[in-house]
Amino acid sequence: MNDMSTEGYTTEDGRKIGGTLMEMKNITLSFGGVKAITDISFDIKEGEIRAIIGPNGAGKSSMLNVISGFYIPQQGEVWYKGEKRPQMKPYEVARLGIARTFQNIALFDGMSVLDNVMTGRLNHMTTGLFAQGLWKGKAEAEEVENREKAEKIIDFLEIQAIRKTPVSRLPYGLKKRVELARALAAEPSLLLLDEPMAGMNVEEKEDMSRFILDVNDEFGTTIALIEHDMGVVMDLSDRVVVMDYGKKIGDGTPDEVRNNQAVIDAYLGVSHD
Amino acid sequence: MSDNLIFGAEVFLNGLMAGVLYALVALGFVLIYKASGIFNYAQGVMALFAAATLVGIMKGQVPFSHLINAIFGTDLHYFGWHLPAIAGILLTAAVMVVLAWLVQKFVFRHLVGQEPIILFMATIGLAYFLEGVSDLMWGSEIKKLDVGLPQGASFWLEENTQWLGFGNENFYGFFIDKLDMVATAIAAILVLSLVIFSQYTKQGRAMRAVADDHQAALSVGINLNFIWVMVWSLAGFVALVAGIMWGTKSGVQFSLSLIALKALPVLMLGGFTSIPGAIVGGLIIGVGEKLFEFSVGSLVGGATENWFAYVLALIFLVFRPQGLFGEKIIERV
Repeated sequence: MNDMSTEGYTTEDGRKIGGTLMEMKNITLSFGGVKAITDISFDIKEGEIRAIIGPNGAGKSSMLNVISGFYIPQQGEVWYKGEKRPQMKPYEVARLGIARTFQNIALFDGMSVLDNVMTGRLNHMTTGLFAQGLWKGKAEAEEVENREKAEKIIDFLEIQAIRKTPVSRLPYGLKKRVELARALAAEPSLLLLDEPMAGMNVEEKEDMSRFILDVNDEFGTTIALIEHDMGVVMDLSDRVVVMDYGKKIGDGTPDEVRNNQAVIDAYLGVSHD
Repeated sequence: MSDNLIFGAEVFLNGLMAGVLYALVALGFVLIYKASGIFNYAQGVMALFAAATLVGIMKGQVPFSHLINAIFGTDLHYFGWHLPAIAGILLTAAVMVVLAWLVQKFVFRHLVGQEPIILFMATIGLAYFLEGVSDLMWGSEIKKLDVGLPQGASFWLEENTQWLGFGNENFYGFFIDKLDMVATAIAAILVLSLVIFSQYTKQGRAMRAVADDHQAALSVGINLNFIWVMVWSLAGFVALVAGIMWGTKSGVQFSLSLIALKALPVLMLGGFTSIPGAIVGGLIIGVGEKLFEFSVGSLVGGATENWFAYVLALIFLVFRPQGLFGEKIIERV
């Protein structure tokens, strides 16, 4: 399945995957003299769960940061919805409908869970400042609509009980879930998850896996996620990119990747020389 | 009623009014601190600059006229117009927005992610720079500012409160400056709109988000630069209001920039992050220093207003370091 066609396919469990949503072409990124990513290409198709895996320091997070505009690659092109994406700031990328979460949770600590989720809807608010201040007419309708969408996502992720709690008081696992809720609130076309399961216990990991699958199933959201725990990823994703030392060493379905000799070497630790 | 009680009440009222003016300056600090974590030492100078610009624009003064005349040998001083106050205020507000943009573009955009102390140093530099620019643009002499705000004692209030003396013939009713009353009303409106803005509008929500976490703010599509320019503009606008009030009261002059120092104890009392705190803190300082001067001042040789606010703030710091309304400091162990 390692072709570059824009055709969709059907997954083992019978879900229909659409055409290419995003395509990374020959991305190279370096910091000073250190190459974080070397000439990597891959695509993300509409409706699929795409994983990027690899050992620590493989360049996975750098790749996610390139997609979300936090890093600017020295070489290569990013294609999104059939068009070449010009160089953009992270907030512009977000406005294109690409939402993300962070490896080290980045929430608004001073706000409640609900307010955090509402910030995810900022780009869906269009009425004027004065109308919003006076809470009149269209502004009121818009605020109500945004609130409803936010509440729906809060229900979906089962965090109703804590909706008014300041996020700084929440335990780690719930914070991760709130971050997911905020990203979802933006109704993204592409959802980027940076190690959604890092630091979680088994139960929390199972919850998070279930939510990721449900989100994809219920909203049809395309998801790209990074993880270094191979077991979780293999159950979750439709296709997997494997990175090691900034290079792509494998790309395909979980089964294909699992049997790839280069991947096995990378994970079992064969000396690089 | 006894003389002391009546005069005490009058001092109390006047203290409240003075407190409102302190609160106005403190508000500007809180706005910037909340949104960017910068303690803006230049807030007082911004008030001076705003007031001087307003006077200059209304009088039709040519900015930088000394400089222009010295270089080109011309003799320009005035454009020869007199603008009404409202036009002058609008133009000055526009100037403050431009200033906000310049400050963001040339100073703070390059200092994103730096230590708070470095940002603080930058605002000290900004304060002296802006003070120089203000002098160069509009001259350094003491200017009279008159935007048509009522001034002097309110006779209406005096007449209508005389009965409160209950037959005490030394009492002629409360003496309160009309300007102070206007300032109170304006401050109330300003605070109300700021609270509504930060709680119920998209931009306000974005402002709080930026204050909390830059990366997360970017990831939900917030343009950091835009928010910062907006916040500095708001602070500039608050500085303009404070500048008008203080400028009308005591003339537009260098000492106007020193009101920033008066705002410091207000912030320590109210907390650096709370808009209502700035107001209540201002009122407490205003009332406190007037009442203290009235009751104890004469016993210690007067001039207690110079230090009272700082001592009060110091005492508060010991017992409530986060201020009255500041976010509680909880350390996790």
